[in-house]
Amino acid sequence: MTTTHTFEYKPGEPPADARGEYDDDPIHGEVMQLNMGPQHPATHGVLQLQLELDGELMRNINAVVGFLHRGKEKTCESLGWAKFFPHTDRLDYVQPLMNNVGYALALEQLAGIEVPERGQVIRVLLMEVSRIASHLIYLGTTGIDLGAVTMFFNTFKEREKIYNVLDAYTGHRMNNTYVRIGGVYSDVDTSVEGMLREFLQQFEAQVDEFESLLTSNRIWYDRNRNVGVITQEQAMAWSLTGPNMRGTGIEWDLRKTQPYSGYEDYDFEVPVGTIGDCYDRYLVRVEEMRQSTKIALQALDRLADSRGADVLAEDRRYILPPRQLVQSSMEELIHQFKIVTDLRLPRGEAYFGIESSKGELGFLVASDGTSDPLRCHIRAPGLMNVQIIPLLAEGRLFSDMVALIGSLDFVMGEVDR
Amino acid sequence: MSSTVTPAGTPAVDTEAIAAALEGITTKWITTPDGIPTVELPVERVHEALTRLKTNAEFEFCTLVTAIDHFPASPRFQVIWQLLSLARNQRVRVYARPSDDDAVVATCTDLWPGAAFSERECFDMFGIRFAGHVNLRRLLMPDGYDHHPLRKDFPHQGIQPDRLYREWDAERRGQWESEKDGGSQ
Repeated sequence: MTTTHTFEYKPGEPPADARGEYDDDPIHGEVMQLNMGPQHPATHGVLQLQLELDGELMRNINAVVGFLHRGKEKTCESLGWAKFFPHTDRLDYVQPLMNNVGYALALEQLAGIEVPERGQVIRVLLMEVSRIASHLIYLGTTGIDLGAVTMFFNTFKEREKIYNVLDAYTGHRMNNTYVRIGGVYSDVDTSVEGMLREFLQQFEAQVDEFESLLTSNRIWYDRNRNVGVITQEQAMAWSLTGPNMRGTGIEWDLRKTQPYSGYEDYDFEVPVGTIGDCYDRYLVRVEEMRQSTKIALQALDRLADSRGADVLAEDRRYILPPRQLVQSSMEELIHQFKIVTDLRLPRGEAYFGIESSKGELGFLVASDGTSDPLRCHIRAPGLMNVQIIPLLAEGRLFSDMVALIGSLDFVMGEVDR
Repeated sequence: MSSTVTPAGTPAVDTEAIAAALEGITTKWITTPDGIPTVELPVERVHEALTRLKTNAEFEFCTLVTAIDHFPASPRFQVIWQLLSLARNQRVRVYARPSDDDAVVATCTDLWPGAAFSERECFDMFGIRFAGHVNLRRLLMPDGYDHHPLRKDFPHQGIQPDRLYREWDAERRGQWESEKDGGSQ
C-alpha cells in the first residue's frame, strides 16, 4: 500500500507576479535578446534557450532542442533488437543500467519472456543504485549552479563509490550494457555485494549531511522556494512524470502503481511534495535517495538468499547460450549464430514504461516478425521536462532560470536521442 | 484535481469505460502482446474520440504521440496516441491510418498541451502534419532540412547530411571575401 510522506515545513505562499514588483525599474522596457546555450554550463548539456530580457525579467522564452540528436530510433531499425542495448546506455548517460532495463522489459513483453527471480533482484539493485547516482548528479550540479560548490564535490565523491562498484561488477564505470533480454549478463560476485553493502550502509549518513548543508540553508531555500511552481493540473496536462510530478503532490510512481521486476515485494515509500516548486522537487529527490537505499539493501538480502540461481532465462529463440556450450555443441553454435545474425521477435507492438529517476521512461517497440525492428520509440521523460521551461520561466527573474533548469532534471542525451 | 490517491497494484484490465466513451465511433479492437487496450479509429474521428476519452473515461494524461511507417504498404503511416488514466490506473492506445497523399491528423494539443513536442517530433521525423498545432516546426532536425528521417525510404547514412553546413560555410566565406575586398580599396 502506498503511503504519503509529509515534510516538515509549511506550504509557501503562491508566487507573486514579478512584473508588478519591478515596474519602477529604470531599465524596464528595454528588451535584450539572449541566447542561453547551447554551450552554457547551467543548461546541463546542449540545450538552447532563446529569451528576451526585460531588465532582469524573462519574456518569450523558446527552448530549442536537437543539438545532440544522433538518430537513436533510426539506429535501432538498422542494427536490430539485441545490438541496440549499448545505444540505450547513451540515452540518459547518468543512469545507463536503468535504460537497459527499460528496453529489455519492453522486448521481453513483446516476446513473452519470464526473467528468473535472481535476475529480477539484480535488476532492481542496479536500477536503484542508478537512481541514487542520477539524483546525486542532480544534487551536485544544481548545487554548484546555485553557489553551493561543496555539494558538487561531496555528491561526486559518493557517486565515485557507486562507479567503483559498477566497475567491479560490469567492468565499466559508465555505459555498462549489462542487461540482456531475459535477465542480466552475469551473476553478482560476493565481493561486489560486500562493496555495495558497505557503500549503502554509510550512504544514509551522507544524505543527512547533504541535507544539513542545504535543506535549512537560507540561500538554498530562497533560491528554490516558490520558484518554478507546477500545479497538479499543469503536471497532468504537460505530461510531467517522476519527481517533477510527485513534487506537486500527485502520488504516482510506476513502481507502486504498475509494478515490474518484483517491486511489489519491496518495502518503500513514495515521497510527495506539497506545492510543486523547486524546493519540493529537491526534497522529493533527497527522500527518494533514502528510499532507494532501503530497496537496494533489501535486494542485497534477497541476493544472499538465492545464491547460485539463474540470472538469465533459458529461451534459445532469443537468449544466447552459455559460452562453454557454444564451444562444445553444434546445436548451441547454431542457436548462437541465429541469435547474433537474425534475432526475430514476434509480430506486434508492446509498450513498457518504468519509473526512471527522471520520470516515466517508456519504450514502444513494434516488430513485423522479421529481424529488422519496425519501430522503437523512446518515450523520454526529459523531453517533457524541457517542454515546460518556457511556461514556468515566463515573467520570472533571470536568476530563477538556473534553479529551474537544475530542478527539472533532464539529460540532453535522452531529450535529443 | 481533488483526489491524488492512486490505486496500487496492477493496471485495470476492464475496457468498459473505454468502450462506453467510444460509443458510436467505428472502432477496431486490436490485441497486443503488452495487454494495453488498443483501438484503431477512422482518422477523421480521432480528435472526437480523444476528447471523449479524456472527459468521459478520465484519461487525463497523454503519454506519447508517435507514428510507425509501414512503407511500402499502403496506407503507410500509423499514428499512435497512448493515454494514461491515473485515477483508474489504466492505459489506452489509439491508432489511426491517415492517407498517403495527405498525411494529416488533428492535433490533440488543445486537450493536452504537453503533446506539443511529441507532435512536433512526429512531424519532423515522418512528415505527418497535425492540423491545428500552433507551432508545427521541426524539433530535433534543423530548420531548412529537407527530409523526414524516420521514414523507411530514408537511408540510415542520410541524404547530403552536411548540406546545411556547406551552405552556411559558403555564405560565411563569401562574407569574409567581400569584407577583405572592401578593406583593401
